[in-house]
Amino acid sequence: MNAPAVTKIETFDCRQAFSETLIELAQSDPRIVAVCNDSVGSSNLLQFQKLFPDRLINVGIAEQDMIGVSAGLANGGFVPFVCGAAPFLTGRGLEQIKVDAAYNGYHIVLCGMSPGMAYGELGPTHHSIEDLSWLRAIDGLAVVVPADPAQTCAAVRWAAKAGTPAYLRIGRTKAPSVSPDESKAFAFGQVNVLRQGSSLTIVATGILVSRALEAADALAEKGLDARVINVSTIKPLDEAAIIAAARETGAIVTAEEATIEGGLGAAVAEVVVRNAPVPMRILGVKGFAPTGSATYLLDHFGLSRDGIVAAALELKGQ
Amino acid sequence: MPVSSALAFSGAAFDPLPATIDASERRQRLSKIATQVRRSVVEMIARARAGHIGGDLSTTDTLATLFFAVLRVNPENPHDPKRDRFILSKGHCAAALYSTLALRGFFPAQDLVTFMQPLSALNGHPNRKVPGVEANTGPLGHGLPIGVGSAIASRLSRKNWRTFVVLGDGELQEGSNWEAAMCAGHRQLETLTAIVDRNRLQQGARTEDTNRLDPLADKWRAFGWEVVECDGHDHQALFDALTHPRSGKPVCVIANSIKGKGVSFIEDRVEWHHKVPSAEQVELALKELV
Repeated sequence: MNAPAVTKIETFDCRQAFSETLIELAQSDPRIVAVCNDSVGSSNLLQFQKLFPDRLINVGIAEQDMIGVSAGLANGGFVPFVCGAAPFLTGRGLEQIKVDAAYNGYHIVLCGMSPGMAYGELGPTHHSIEDLSWLRAIDGLAVVVPADPAQTCAAVRWAAKAGTPAYLRIGRTKAPSVSPDESKAFAFGQVNVLRQGSSLTIVATGILVSRALEAADALAEKGLDARVINVSTIKPLDEAAIIAAARETGAIVTAEEATIEGGLGAAVAEVVVRNAPVPMRILGVKGFAPTGSATYLLDHFGLSRDGIVAAALELKGQ
Repeated sequence: MPVSSALAFSGAAFDPLPATIDASERRQRLSKIATQVRRSVVEMIARARAGHIGGDLSTTDTLATLFFAVLRVNPENPHDPKRDRFILSKGHCAAALYSTLALRGFFPAQDLVTFMQPLSALNGHPNRKVPGVEANTGPLGHGLPIGVGSAIASRLSRKNWRTFVVLGDGELQEGSNWEAAMCAGHRQLETLTAIVDRNRLQQGARTEDTNRLDPLADKWRAFGWEVVECDGHDHQALFDALTHPRSGKPVCVIANSIKGKGVSFIEDRVEWHHKVPSAEQVELALKELV
């Protein structure tokens, strides 16, 4: 008996789109430099280095210095894209992010590579599940999480012109495209409503967006009409879209590849509780992860189609 | 408290020194400026009832020499892309920096009376709202990495400005300085000068009793720096060190100084790290600072 034909969905690692866009921008904007902490390969900067050897500043394994150096470059008129694995960029350099980048107000683009649990089996030392919570607390720092290559390209273009400090979370774990119209993939500060619905809303970010869409399909089969919102700008949050979702659908499930304390779920809850209180479920990472691959761990923490469906059904009393 | 003569000056009280000037005249003029900075520091801290008087007074001669005889800066155009950059990494010595900037004409000296007052731009640590301040500093170990970035920018842009960073000696216990020192040495950033205000005291004790720094010059040399040691209160020696000819390496000036320099009862006393002088002590201090 022949197996049924399965259409394989193409999935993407956002680092390729990141580096291609950065190179394209650097060709016409001499202010753009890349700064990294020995992560030329893992930040996908080999081609940038080949084309602009002087403008790839590898400070070695020294994240605090890396961010300070970037502030000095910004003071000198350059626009640094600071690239490093997200756990080390944000954790080791947190005070430099607060003071050297944000408090100074310098136009520095912090690019957290391989965030969340992308490093899977390497364990919690190499996971970046706290970055959204830490950085959301820093005044004046934009926090952006592109969900696919089209969003990554547009977010990098926005960041190059932002004029203020920003953090971009550049995904490594492969995920499908979620942008139906690539020309409108990303607008800073605005959500993308990917699916209309009235029974409840699933608010997701990053690689959880494609899983949220799958969950909405499954919920439809159970008679629940879920709205799906892709939040690619965590800060500043598109409050109007969240308030509308709360008022129009009456229930919200959030999903993120980050700790449940202080990230997207908390940001949404802060808006909801002030403006339109509705029942919520916050899906994310609970505690330090056990050993497992990135996809295993997502499923383990319920950050899967089935996990989102279960939370939605429970929230709706079904 | 009424405004005394220490803060009663207006505009740029002193002109920058001309490039060609007799060494003894340079010394005399810088000494006069430094005395005025010290008087201002004492009074600002007394009025604010807060500040870091010991470190302010130990680094005053370095700041006066830099801003009046070394730095290519223009108070009329503080953001000139080609300007030299100065970063006070030991940001707690903001009173000395603000006083120097005001005397050099970056902002009206009358603003100094607002030091640490509610909503004043003159925060307890420097910030870029104040003309002449390049970087917000305060937490230690931040200034040198920023200076390294500035020196890389100077080279990349071919504008060739110089970058000067003043560090406390206790501050060198922060590891980020050594990340930056390694980076600057590796990249041979010869436009970068770090000045260590070597007063040998940190907040609670002597540096050598807390977490030893010596042999300090050897440490910097091992990181690829040219090291110049000098008397941190001798303006001509400071001038020579700060204009050390370029040698393909970043330069570290170890300015051997006395914490609280200029006020006898404050000098080299650990308790004056951030003690506030009483009205009588202010009077005594201003009598000495002439």
